[in-house]
Amino acid sequence: MESFPKKVSRVTYRVSRFTFYVLFLLLALASAKTASAQQPTPSDDEVNAIARQLYCPVCENTPLDVCPTQACAQWRDLIRQMLAEGKSADEIKQYFVENYGARVLSEPPRTGLNWLVYILPPVAFLAGAYILYRAFRSWRALGKQASAQEGSEVPLAGDEYVARLEEELRKRE
Amino acid sequence: MSENVNNATKPPKRSVPLWVQILVWVGLLGLLAVLALALKRSQQGVVKVGDTVKDFTLTTFSDDQHPNGQQIRLSDLRGKVVLINFWASWCKPCEQEAPDLEAAWRSYESGGEVAFLGVDYVDTEPEARSYIAKFDITYPNGPDLGTRISQAFNRQMGVPETYIIDRQGRLRYIQIGPFQSVAEIQVIIDPLLADK
Repeated sequence: MESFPKKVSRVTYRVSRFTFYVLFLLLALASAKTASAQQPTPSDDEVNAIARQLYCPVCENTPLDVCPTQACAQWRDLIRQMLAEGKSADEIKQYFVENYGARVLSEPPRTGLNWLVYILPPVAFLAGAYILYRAFRSWRALGKQASAQEGSEVPLAGDEYVARLEEELRKRE
Repeated sequence: MSENVNNATKPPKRSVPLWVQILVWVGLLGLLAVLALALKRSQQGVVKVGDTVKDFTLTTFSDDQHPNGQQIRLSDLRGKVVLINFWASWCKPCEQEAPDLEAAWRSYESGGEVAFLGVDYVDTEPEARSYIAKFDITYPNGPDLGTRISQAFNRQMGVPETYIIDRQGRLRYIQIGPFQSVAEIQVIIDPLLADK
């Protein structure tokens, strides 16, 4: 039979062990939450992935990710800051459109006259393909007709005309 | 007879259906119309001296007094001489003229007959605010949201550019590049003030 103090010390031990585990678990949870709240600093690659979809109006035709001007450097810093705040690529692009206009986008938004940019090239391509198809078909038909004429024994109207012409010329001589 | 001969020598001709021809011509004419409209629009963006300036609203940077910024409409300033300066924090020549613009503004502020507006072109807000603080600029300044204001003045905007509008709302002076002195600004504004 165990003595009373021994029992007490075992219970105390178990309680303290349980408390230790609970505290450890709480600490682990707290540190995980802190880590998730602080976004790591976005890398250059992450910033450039968005920057290459944007064009600064000051430096036309130069994508933001490779533009060397100070204006573009400020824009890239802004993208980095927004990424660190947890903003998505779409939210960042939307911010830039609202502040600087749709012309900053590398791909024009699919609205209004912008649709022409998406519709005209494939339509022109298809029209060109159709014209080529028709041209090739008519050339082939011409080739077939020519070879058929060469092999034909039936005198053609053209030959008759030439024969008559030659006959008339002979008569005049 | 000769007609028959010609028909026999000609290759069989297949004409494009009429509806296709009409469709192609309508399409081409439509495309030309769209291009003409786009060209007209791009030309409309340039304001010339003597033109009445199209109305716009500038939303200023927020401050303690105006947490959502202040809305300033150009048409509300009719009767005043208005100086509109396009600038950016990344623009070095803008820094050169900023103290002169501020000094000029302070010389006219008490008279109440001149308005200065600073339009921050393609800029980032923290840097723009630093710029305003650095040069202690006190006249209203705000971002050119969507570059709508600059596009109405000049489609190929570069900074700094300054536009001065008379009391009747007509554009009277365009300065491309920085002003060199306060006197240079006053020489333009003073005659417009005299013109009641």
